[in-house]
Amino acid sequence: MSASALIISGVDKFYGPIDRGVHAVQNLTMEIGKGEIVALLGSSGCGKTSTLRMIAGFEEVSRGSISVAGRQVHKLPPVKRNVAMAFEGYSLYPPLTVRENMAFALKAARLPKSEVDAKVASIAKLLEIEDILERYPSSISGGQQQRASLGRALIREADLHLLDEPMGQLEPQLRAVLRGRIKHFIKERGLTAILVTHDQTEANALADRIAVMEGGVLQQFDTPDRIKQRPANLFTGTFVGEPPMNVFEAYVGTTAGKINLRLPDGLSLDYDKEAFSAPVRDELLNRERVVIGVRPYAVRRSKDGVPATVSANQWLGDQTHIAADFAGGSLVLVEHDRTRLELGAPIKVSIDPKNLHVFDQASGNAISHGMELA
Amino acid sequence: MQHTSLLERILRGIALTLVVIFFMFPIVWIFMMSFQTNETILRIPPQLVFEPTLANYTALITGKLTTAAGTLDIAFMRNLWNSVFLSVTSVAVALLLGVPAAYAFARHKFRGSEDIAFTLLSFRFAPALLVLLPLTLYFQKLGLANTYIGLIWVYQLICLPLILWIVRGYFEDIPADIEYAYRIAGHSWFATFRKIALPLAGPGIAAAGLLAFIFAWNNFVFALVLASADKQPVTVGALAFITSSGIQYGQISAAIVLSITPTLALALYAQRYLVEGLSLGAVKG
Repeated sequence: MSASALIISGVDKFYGPIDRGVHAVQNLTMEIGKGEIVALLGSSGCGKTSTLRMIAGFEEVSRGSISVAGRQVHKLPPVKRNVAMAFEGYSLYPPLTVRENMAFALKAARLPKSEVDAKVASIAKLLEIEDILERYPSSISGGQQQRASLGRALIREADLHLLDEPMGQLEPQLRAVLRGRIKHFIKERGLTAILVTHDQTEANALADRIAVMEGGVLQQFDTPDRIKQRPANLFTGTFVGEPPMNVFEAYVGTTAGKINLRLPDGLSLDYDKEAFSAPVRDELLNRERVVIGVRPYAVRRSKDGVPATVSANQWLGDQTHIAADFAGGSLVLVEHDRTRLELGAPIKVSIDPKNLHVFDQASGNAISHGMELA
Repeated sequence: MQHTSLLERILRGIALTLVVIFFMFPIVWIFMMSFQTNETILRIPPQLVFEPTLANYTALITGKLTTAAGTLDIAFMRNLWNSVFLSVTSVAVALLLGVPAAYAFARHKFRGSEDIAFTLLSFRFAPALLVLLPLTLYFQKLGLANTYIGLIWVYQLICLPLILWIVRGYFEDIPADIEYAYRIAGHSWFATFRKIALPLAGPGIAAAGLLAFIFAWNNFVFALVLASADKQPVTVGALAFITSSGIQYGQISAAIVLSITPTLALALYAQRYLVEGLSLGAVKG
């Protein structure tokens, strides 16, 4: 017996001939523990849905292997894999009511009718679709169909629940409520779930761990906190986080006991050598060029900072997003109070070295996060 | 509420009437002819008032055609039965072969699948006679000429491509994920085909079957060349009404009325399936 619910090892997916077709998923390896909720996060076409469909058995695995609950499944038909799935396009059976659609998923399990009814009722309550149970998919809204489809997946007892964009069609309030309930539901029953999403809020809220994918390559697979605080590379750093991380190319120099990160337009961020921990300082001084990144909420306005010019100022009701022209690019900073700054107003910004993410200029891989090496 | 003026309604009524008359006239005229004798039919000018007679129908059903030159045997009822048998069997065989094939073409893209599907369709491009002449020689060698099996086989040229291409479109319209959802819930692909794909494409299959039936029923040239009197359908059998003593318009009309009745009845009955079939797109979403 293995404690892993899912092991994907060295999986490649080609659409078209192997090694010549479109390489949708590249050498993917990941292991998911029992009872874990994992989000596959990425933009469209990053390979996340292909991955999910390979696990479900709707796409062939071109290379590598997939095990579910200790069984090799990548050569088995979907029916033998014991996984449940909620589809992005809902895929409810049109001739059946919502209730029948959900109960249908239990057919193979051959449960007594009373038990089926009880299960349907409890899931329907959870997803707030009790009042549409007797209606047909064509007569309900997209959001309701999506919840019915989600219910059809969650009602089953399977080794793995695959949820493809499970809440994309829901309105924001309902989405927030359901996120909490679904997470509770999954955790309470000890289910293992993989959800595919391009919504990082959803991934952060639901998942124990997030797998960030881009271009068919797994970029980072870690907890939401660590992905945010210690992005493995430039892509994860800029992809996760709202508003996105500010990044600038910088030349590393030293003058009079200070480390200078020289930015375009003749600007420079100057830090005392002691401001960095020894390993980070050594790494920095070893390099000529780096890419530095800083989260918008970590950029401070100060009297003796580096000059910038305000180019946009948005009050979002609970925070202010200020965009400024800075070092030949744009810098975004977030403040929690309403800030009255005219367009074109000069400001000065400073960045605490604790909040500095440093990436390798060529590979984009992280070098350090604050005081620690990556 | 829709607001239409009186004038508009009257004009619309007239337009509709004209259209209906235009399309219904031949059928109505033939229907009337079937109750007349050759003399009343050939009156000049034609008259709407006549004394109806059932003589044409009696002649057809008894198989005895009385002409000026004497009494002829007409195998009309036999022909009608041949038509029913050939069309029904051909469509049944075509459905049995075509629907699974259509499903395969719709769901599985394999090497050359498009080419095979197109080749099947291309059978319909060739003029029937071009196919028929060599076929006749083969059929005679094989002993298939003038057999039901041979005819049904040739009728597949009409029915199979039609059913394959229409039904394939319907299968393609069903989101594959609906089937995946069923399969992942613990069912084999065959169960999925039977329980999900077939019912969802049902209206389309019915529409395609109906169309194939009508085409098979109306086919003339295959049966003309390949079948002799006892295997002929009504379309060919109607030639017998051109006798040495003249054309039997009354009997021809009665024969037409009898022979369009099954297709007409079927079309009327299946109308709702046709409409349903055409609005299958509503399933998506």
